Amino acid sequence: MIAELGLAALWLAAALALLQLVCGVMVVRRDDAALASVIRPLAVVQGALAALAFGALLLCFARFDLSVKLVAMNSRDAQPLIFQIAGTWGNHEGSMLMWVTIMSLAGALIALIERRVPERTMIATLATQAFVGLGFYAFLLIASNPFERLDPPAQQGLGLNPALQDIGLAYHPPTLYFGYVGLSVAFSFAVGALITRQVTPAFARAMRPWVLGAWIFLTLGITAGSYWAYYELGWGGWWFWDPTENASLMPWLAATALLHSVSVLAARDALRTWTIMLGVVAFSMSMVGTFLVRSGILTSVHAFAIDPERGAFILGLLALYVGSALVLFALRAGTVAEGERFAVTSREGALVVNNVVLCALLAIVLVGTLYPLVTEAYGVRVSVGPPYFTPVSALFFLPMLVVLAVGPLLRWRRDSLERIQRPLVLFFAIAVIALAGVWFNSSIGFLPLVGMALAAMLAVASFAPAQGRNLRRLPLAVWGMMIAHFGIAVALFGMAADSAFTVEKLVAAKEGDTVEIGPWLATLKTVEPVAGPNWTALEATLAVSYEGEPGKALRPQQRSFWAPAQKTSESALLTRWNGQLYTVLGDQAEDGRWQLRLWWKPFVTWIWYGGILIGLGGLLALIGRVGNDLKRRHAQVRIARRKRTAE
Amino acid sequence: MSTRLAPKHQRLVLLAIALVVLIAAALIAAWGLRSQASYFYVPSDLIAKPPAPGQAIRLGGMVQKGSLKTDADGVTIHFMVGDGKAHVPVSYSGIVPDLFTEGSGVVAEGRLAPGGTFVADNLLAKHDENYVPRELKDMTEAQKQAAVQETTK
Repeated sequence: MIAELGLAALWLAAALALLQLVCGVMVVRRDDAALASVIRPLAVVQGALAALAFGALLLCFARFDLSVKLVAMNSRDAQPLIFQIAGTWGNHEGSMLMWVTIMSLAGALIALIERRVPERTMIATLATQAFVGLGFYAFLLIASNPFERLDPPAQQGLGLNPALQDIGLAYHPPTLYFGYVGLSVAFSFAVGALITRQVTPAFARAMRPWVLGAWIFLTLGITAGSYWAYYELGWGGWWFWDPTENASLMPWLAATALLHSVSVLAARDALRTWTIMLGVVAFSMSMVGTFLVRSGILTSVHAFAIDPERGAFILGLLALYVGSALVLFALRAGTVAEGERFAVTSREGALVVNNVVLCALLAIVLVGTLYPLVTEAYGVRVSVGPPYFTPVSALFFLPMLVVLAVGPLLRWRRDSLERIQRPLVLFFAIAVIALAGVWFNSSIGFLPLVGMALAAMLAVASFAPAQGRNLRRLPLAVWGMMIAHFGIAVALFGMAADSAFTVEKLVAAKEGDTVEIGPWLATLKTVEPVAGPNWTALEATLAVSYEGEPGKALRPQQRSFWAPAQKTSESALLTRWNGQLYTVLGDQAEDGRWQLRLWWKPFVTWIWYGGILIGLGGLLALIGRVGNDLKRRHAQVRIARRKRTAE
Repeated sequence: MSTRLAPKHQRLVLLAIALVVLIAAALIAAWGLRSQASYFYVPSDLIAKPPAPGQAIRLGGMVQKGSLKTDADGVTIHFMVGDGKAHVPVSYSGIVPDLFTEGSGVVAEGRLAPGGTFVADNLLAKHDENYVPRELKDMTEAQKQAAVQETTK
């Protein structure tokens, strides 16, 4: 019953999306007040129905309804409840349903609250949102119905992929999806403004919270995903340049560029067509990411759907949306009037550099990610990994940080470097001193060395905009910017330190043996069997101590899940402020010794602290912006009321 | 430094700058890919056309039965990877993937050492029914059987 209800709600939501699109197109073509008034309610009801469908699927999973095929394929009774529920989106159909639900809820939200943009642009935006949503509804209903029944019901479920049975599954996919889908709203705004040719600062101010919100979620989603991969895979790496990781990085790069250009548009009415273009590109990258990850064209734990029909469907949607948006852009971009001008040395100029370099980085990641697919069409199999991505992207990323340090100090419109001479000299001095300090005290590679020097410079430079200003009266958005930029410095330092100073040790040890790794001493005490709710494991107990401090126990495991039958190795980590000790238990050798792999990773955690700071900065900016908008709205209401009473 | 761009052409100038940087990025990417992409080999290719020593490549095939040996240190293993036509000795130090066994498929990432031994930095094995390294997935059943027969002779 619940499954049928969910399916019915999904069909209804799809029908309403179609209606919303048709009405929207009619209103945009010929104004019709009656039709125009139904579009916002349509979007709201459509959102509610999609949420109902998703709720129904959640309930099927929570109640462990084995007559629903998706539940039977992806769940099992001995799993902890949190994984039962998170299993809803730990599979292809459920994750697509979550995508479309978040998307239609976002549409409902803009329909409810957004009143700043001209109504005609708003209707074009909602029609675009319905157009994009419709494709995904069709994809769900035609090619991947999540509510399919099994008759007779299964006796037992197959279970969730053990690699996904982790708390990470509960937050990583929803976070990333909020980001992807937030970009769909930016896309709809961009297309709506193109249709009505009203690319104004008011439009930018309406779009900005969505871009910011999406960007915060993407930032946190990527940070969480990186940490999850780091401790789950047991390889000690935090970024593998895996296509699925790149699939989330590319929308982030585009969203970062968009975030900065939309600020220029909102504050200075410049970069109009460029912002529209980035709005289209950012969501296109979300779609490319979804295509790469979900089509089965790449193999990984993320690729649930190894089904050519589905891959072709997503590729079709991608071509349809990106293609039509680009055609519209080509037709309309010339008719959007040019915005305000600015000098090369100005805040706008620095932000243009930031935008162009972010786009170059995007191109580099995109080319490297797609290259293996292209060569494979010609029968040559290659893989592209860190040896390509790391140096080539650093070539653009590191110089961009210099602009990042200087840009926020520049004034809008026109400025001169002489005016900010003193901070510039200070930044340069910090970078040189840091470079020399690291150089003399250790022998590390070129990239980590430059990374550390720039991180030190940026840590100071990120707070330079506050210099000489009253900290209490500094707008929240400026605090947000400074904290986000500081987060980049922190993350960069973590990356450089991890690649420069990591110590790795691989040994075969018998019980009682002690291993020295960097400043740590680790003693293998015992290896014993333990049992969990749906697994058994061999668990090693390691007594570890840091430079003679009191010891602590670490317990890495080799887990064997019985449904599906699969082994995973669970690393055990010990976190200090200055790094992490990472331990993995391997196999037993013939002579009874146990393989142990240990890493001492100085400052590695700073990478994720940096990511969190970047997200926090975004959050502060969002609160500041939305607060200002609300104040402005109140003021306008008050003025209008005063006018009315005066009349 | 504070010269204004010619007012009429600012848009064009910005466009030109963006294009130049993007083209530069594409060229650098192309150069990076030519030198840094790691190619996939099967043992018979590796023997017929060996890559330059030190070049990062991936080697895929079946782990031959009876070839797996562990060194005295307990963590370095040696085995033969075959594709039914030829075989290559491989050495690896580390914890092997969970489904790595004799007679099953493997993709080794690493480089060819001067002596003809392939030194692997990383091994990818079939993870579970749904997650197979791409190169292994493409190996047809017939090829797999041929490889297994070869290795069990």
